[in-house]
Amino acid sequence: MTLQNQTDVIVIGAGHNGLVTAAYLAKAGLKVTVVEAAPQIGGAAVTREFVPGYKVSGVAHLLHGLHPTITRDLDLARHGLDLKAQRVATRSLLPGGQSFDTGSIASISRIDAEAYPGVMARLTRVADALAAYALHTPPRPDAMKMPWQDKLNLGKFAWGLRRLGKKDMLELTRILTMNVNDLANDYFESEAVKGLLCLEGVLGLALGPRSPSTVFNLLYRLSSLGAHGQGGFLLPKGGMGSVAQALGNAARAAGVLIRTGAAVDHILIENDQAAGVVLSTGEEIRAPRVVSNADPQRTALQLIGPRNLDAMFVTRIRHMRMNGCAAKIHLALDSLPDALANASGRVVVAPRPDDIERAYDCAKYGRVSDRPALEMTIPSLSDPSLAPAGKHVASMVAQYCPYKLRDTSVNEARKQIGERSLAMLEEVAPGVKQRVTAMEVLTPHDLERQFGMTGGQWHHGEITLDQVLFLRPAGQAQEYRMPVPGVYLCGAGAHPGGNISGAPGYNAAREILKDARAQKRVVGAA
Amino acid sequence: MTAYVEHLKPFLRKTPFHERIEPLMTGNQWMRWAGHYSPAVFESVQSEYMTIRNGASVYDVSPLIKYRITGRQAAEYVNHLITRDLARIKPMQAFYTSWCQDDGMLVEEGTIFRFGENDFLLNAAKDQLHWLEQVAYGFDVHIEDISYDLAGLSLQGPQSRDVLRALGINGIDHLPRFGIIELELNGHWLRIDRAGFTGDLGYEIWVKPEDALWLWDRLFEVGRNHKIAPIGSHALEIARIEAGFILIDADYSGALHALRPSNRMSPYELGIGWTVNLNKQGYFVGKRALKKEKEHGLSRHVLTGIEIEGRKSAPSSFLYADHPGKHELGLTTSAVWSPTLKKNIAYARVPTAYAKPGTQMWIEIWYGKEHKIERSMVRCWAANRMFYDPPRKSA
Repeated sequence: MTLQNQTDVIVIGAGHNGLVTAAYLAKAGLKVTVVEAAPQIGGAAVTREFVPGYKVSGVAHLLHGLHPTITRDLDLARHGLDLKAQRVATRSLLPGGQSFDTGSIASISRIDAEAYPGVMARLTRVADALAAYALHTPPRPDAMKMPWQDKLNLGKFAWGLRRLGKKDMLELTRILTMNVNDLANDYFESEAVKGLLCLEGVLGLALGPRSPSTVFNLLYRLSSLGAHGQGGFLLPKGGMGSVAQALGNAARAAGVLIRTGAAVDHILIENDQAAGVVLSTGEEIRAPRVVSNADPQRTALQLIGPRNLDAMFVTRIRHMRMNGCAAKIHLALDSLPDALANASGRVVVAPRPDDIERAYDCAKYGRVSDRPALEMTIPSLSDPSLAPAGKHVASMVAQYCPYKLRDTSVNEARKQIGERSLAMLEEVAPGVKQRVTAMEVLTPHDLERQFGMTGGQWHHGEITLDQVLFLRPAGQAQEYRMPVPGVYLCGAGAHPGGNISGAPGYNAAREILKDARAQKRVVGAA
Repeated sequence: MTAYVEHLKPFLRKTPFHERIEPLMTGNQWMRWAGHYSPAVFESVQSEYMTIRNGASVYDVSPLIKYRITGRQAAEYVNHLITRDLARIKPMQAFYTSWCQDDGMLVEEGTIFRFGENDFLLNAAKDQLHWLEQVAYGFDVHIEDISYDLAGLSLQGPQSRDVLRALGINGIDHLPRFGIIELELNGHWLRIDRAGFTGDLGYEIWVKPEDALWLWDRLFEVGRNHKIAPIGSHALEIARIEAGFILIDADYSGALHALRPSNRMSPYELGIGWTVNLNKQGYFVGKRALKKEKEHGLSRHVLTGIEIEGRKSAPSSFLYADHPGKHELGLTTSAVWSPTLKKNIAYARVPTAYAKPGTQMWIEIWYGKEHKIERSMVRCWAANRMFYDPPRKSA
């Protein structure tokens, strides 16, 4: 065995969380190798040239959750991350040429315009209180066994909630398990504003606005709008790949070895202990600790394998809801119709809650939505370098395009969601269709195949109340440790979850270092 | 443990031997076993017990739930399911093993039969296809409930081999304990394995259900000179306690059916830790938990045998470290007066430190005497649970 193939830690996958973990571990003095199957780093944080000259964020297209602690610790600005002046506002387009953004709700409803700032401030406030747990290991259900640091964190968190005051606390407990449609009805009167709120609540879920837990998903999204995220929606300069590049640079600067084009076949387990990884080429890299940035199902069922795991744990992981339901659509545009040119980067098409609910009804029975709900960004407005001079590029999330299809082939689904999304867009932004020169559609199946996300679920498991905190990914593996000693999970399938946040990677690094130090103490004592 | 089941009778299934058993049930003392009629007592528990220890007893084991496990990776699957090392048995052999949940809590214990490299039969007391399927994820294996495809009689007792010899089973003399043979007799398919629940010399005979009555008639015909007699579960209960065998729902709750998680028990706690092989190759369900339990001494208690002063049988009786009964230790599960050993024996759940054979404890026994309830506090001593282990069992 060559020395080259022996290291302290192997990170499987150079997604943004994998890079965060690697960078923190390397900074703490460990020898880290990152192996990535794709030819480039980034995972779902990637800039993709889908037709020559047109570049777009391949999967995740809005940056809001990247934790400030991580940008500071890893000095990402020095490593090339430019987050200045790329904040985008949201404009909701309605049929008939009407539209509004958060500043012009009055044109839709005076009452809602008055209510909106207060409602969003309150939601953001309670979400921010929840987000205080983002960089902590989730509390264990068995409080007696919790380390004192975790108890302290839990206490601080509880205090933070208490400090919200009686009104906010009560409101949080009331809305936490609710559906977003009921919440919208509580707060607003106009269908258009309700529709906007509902879309935020269902993005990334195989659920409709009337499904429970959608308020939680909304709060999860809003949790990055306070001190625990970027404070708003950003379109990173150069696309999401620039975030990965900055993280990659930070990791390399800390001494991490990153190998791209190196797909892992399985994790090597010897004497019920992680021993390294075996690449698809047969090459072995050895390390006593292996960290997986892959999703929990891929990690447990393929990389570790059910034969190295207990049966109920395997069932739990198998039953984790990983139903991708959103298609990613990329458009190359000759120019922008007025409706889009006037937007400031983010556009949504979700005129009424019922429209989204009906779109979901299709998906529930395995069909592509007849009239999908859309979230679109136009990054070339703020960063012209992404498209040829004078041209534009747009990135859409279209819901719903279910992973679990019935009587529809993947190819048909790809065609349908593309056509139907474009038709929806044409309704609210006339003239857009004829300006499209090229289109790429990524269904959940495409996302699964190209980015290795099981079920095409971009959060590595839906963000619902039963799949967060110590239940993420499963009750028996809530602390970033998989059941096989020495195997860890650092991706979005671990607490706190998806979005380009880096938080799971940060937390995983802390737990790995805890174990490494404990082992050192034992070895030192012996 | 008999549950008389008058009201359930319309729903109970009749085993393939029912036609022969029913006329012999003069006391009509049936019980329910896995949804079947099963005899509790034919005429006398005592004489049936004596048949087990002196003659050749016949007990209908058809209600056992039988799972056939086949497929390309059946052996790998079974080794992942059970706690013992499957490498110990070759085709046409069987062994006794445990199988556990993730946290090392016993699902059940029983006998697994191996007919080929990848051909197994698991006999279980409780339905658990769902569990077996759950463990099967990732294995190329086929699991089938074949409970109704086999009819079986357990032929137990010192004269059982003579009966089989008289039946014309060639090679029965050479069948080792836990060995299996299959043969044709008068055009009928027969499978015989040397195992049982009595701790005595004994065999199980399996036939196709349509051959059940033929088997019954032939056995009683050739066994006439070998003290052959049918027995019910009450007599078997005495024999199995003497032999040290644990029984689901009597001595433990199976993990899949336990009412509370804390009701479940591990193989170590049940005193069958010897069925757990932590060194066998590969992982098996519950291994990490069982290893931890063993290494860190996490067993809450252990089910040990006890010998009790006096003759009062002591089911569900409390054990104490002291005579006044201030320091409670645990409680008995199965208990019986052993007619062969002339001893008052029981199984008791006690802290590990008290399970060392010879350790003295006190036991509180309540019993009815002439319309009164009496209490006695007597000594008892921890003992090897295998109270009765005659050489002929494996000879």
